[in-house]
Amino acid sequence: MALFTQAFIITLLLGAIAAGIPLLLAGLGEQLSEKAGVLNIGLEGMMLFGAYTGFLVAWASGSPSLGFLAGAGGGMVVASLMALLCVRLGLNQIVTGIALTLAAEGLTALLHFVQFSRTYPRLDGIAPLPIWPLSEIPFVGPVLFNTNAVFYLAIVLVAVFAWIYRQTHLGAALQAAGDKPAALDAAGVDVVRTRSMAVLVTGALAGLGGAYMSIAVAGVFVPFMSHGNGFIAIVLAMLARGRPLWVLGGALLFGGSLSLTTALQVAGVDMPTDVIQMLPFAMVMVVLLVAGRKAALPQALGESFVRGAR
Amino acid sequence: MTDQQAAATVAGQHAGGDDKGQGARASLRVVAVSIGPLIAALVIGGILLLAMGFNPVSYYGYVVQRAIFSPSGLEATLTRMGPLLLIAASLIVAFRAGIWNLGGDGQYLLAAVCVAATVPLTLNVLPIWANLLLGLLIGATVGAVWGLLPAILKAWQGINEIITTLMMSFLGVSLANVLVKLAFLDPATTTPQTRTLPVEARLPRLFDTSISSGLLIGLVAVIAVHLVMTRTSFGMRLRLVGANPRAAIHAGLSVSMLTIAVFAISAALAGLSGAVDILGTHGNVRADWNPAYSLTVVPLVFLARLNGFGSIAYVFLFSALTIGGESAARRIGVPSFFSLVIVAILLITLGLAEYLDKRHQERVRR
Repeated sequence: MALFTQAFIITLLLGAIAAGIPLLLAGLGEQLSEKAGVLNIGLEGMMLFGAYTGFLVAWASGSPSLGFLAGAGGGMVVASLMALLCVRLGLNQIVTGIALTLAAEGLTALLHFVQFSRTYPRLDGIAPLPIWPLSEIPFVGPVLFNTNAVFYLAIVLVAVFAWIYRQTHLGAALQAAGDKPAALDAAGVDVVRTRSMAVLVTGALAGLGGAYMSIAVAGVFVPFMSHGNGFIAIVLAMLARGRPLWVLGGALLFGGSLSLTTALQVAGVDMPTDVIQMLPFAMVMVVLLVAGRKAALPQALGESFVRGAR
Repeated sequence: MTDQQAAATVAGQHAGGDDKGQGARASLRVVAVSIGPLIAALVIGGILLLAMGFNPVSYYGYVVQRAIFSPSGLEATLTRMGPLLLIAASLIVAFRAGIWNLGGDGQYLLAAVCVAATVPLTLNVLPIWANLLLGLLIGATVGAVWGLLPAILKAWQGINEIITTLMMSFLGVSLANVLVKLAFLDPATTTPQTRTLPVEARLPRLFDTSISSGLLIGLVAVIAVHLVMTRTSFGMRLRLVGANPRAAIHAGLSVSMLTIAVFAISAALAGLSGAVDILGTHGNVRADWNPAYSLTVVPLVFLARLNGFGSIAYVFLFSALTIGGESAARRIGVPSFFSLVIVAILLITLGLAEYLDKRHQERVRR
């Protein structure tokens, strides 16, 4: 079959990685939040704000690395509001998350308009960072070992999170904050601080993911550009049931279906973009239908912790 | 659940006031707690405007003047309230029953597209009133159908409805676009849009104004929902399911059937909102059109503490902000996204005010 040419497969794989990295970073973050008992619906807003601040700094300074840092910082700004309102003040997590997403959508569109009016300046993209000699392996090399630092960082993070969750006291504390916050409190660990920290790290990861979208993938900031990626990342985290490696697999799978448009175009198949855009969401529904029942969530997820309250 | 209970206790304290003799002070506090955050939000928004190089006083003045004090603007504000109120009713039913239907945008848009595709054609065989009824019926049905899958997954598989409704929403919005571009295209024009319902066949206008009677449908819906949820045994059962599903099972209620019922009502109301918007205001759907009302109204109904009458006030405020804001976008150059930012800031300031008020009360009691 002519469809499965090497060009098609390489385009698909590269696209899956490019579209998968933001999902992976945000999904790892969401997993951390959910473990600690915070359902972080504001993830979309954190990604979008990170995409904006990251793009802005990368554009102004000419340095993508500074841009990525700024993106993580931007995500943390939104996350700190989330931590203040939901974890510290105990407001409803879902409503606050939606409000923060709306705020990020409105604010970034507004700021972009004020600054650039209706123009969309482009960045040059980022230079690949080949890991020699692995990058010389045919086929696998150019796909896996000739990407960029953020990709390698994301992969390392998968391992780091897996280690934290399984081997460390911190991992146990996070788990307790999500399942039995009162028990963690009784053990002398500050639940509010544990959860706030988790939310802040989530913000940094989601912001970095957003910045990756604007700096590395698109090379341009467009209002509302996160287009549901934050919500897909939430699903990934829910389905992964606390296992970072599953987030990686899911992110690549969904990244692949997001990048199918370009890959099909390379193969010469013309399909309306709206149909292709439905793919990742339809896939989530299918996965939920098949595996959803097993998506166990922390017991105290979404509930605020008030010390001494019954 | 704890948040809802906390909100309920705070609301109760507001309504009941403290001891005798403190009535005046208590009501003053209610005013301070509800008006204060609004003023704070407008001030923060003003600072934002100032930072972007706009004059906040002239912006707010222009918005209020355009949206409330000009006849055509006020009529537009009231007309837009119709679909928004239906969305509010849809959310209140669901949230009071503890079900997070966040898929209103997909339910709304798919219903709007299906209505817009059908009613211009059936107009040839049906009288205008029957055609409008058919449109409303189609809207409600399509909305309910799009809410069915999350409802079933929630009721019998226990799958979190936040995720499923959001995914169905994204799916619905894309599907609506596909339908407009590929299936329901108006052959008479080159722009990708559905056929247009002629102005004389749309929902009747109220009195001599240009206000659509969609406003009435919205008001009736939100008040009916409020009364059903607070005054009837059906509403009581739904609230019990929302407050404590386990207790509801012990009380012998069929939680899964009630869950399906809540989803059906909520999604049908969201679909009805799409129908009212098409039959009353737009007459057709253009490709890539998506007002995304549902997620914007979520903070509004929460600001109103899921109270139907409070929601009417907030929906009016928001409607005026967007109508005035759209007009200001053309005249002053502040993009209309600004109203989104104001709503979000308002929610944050209100949350802070509530928290400070609670802390203050605890200190007074000690």
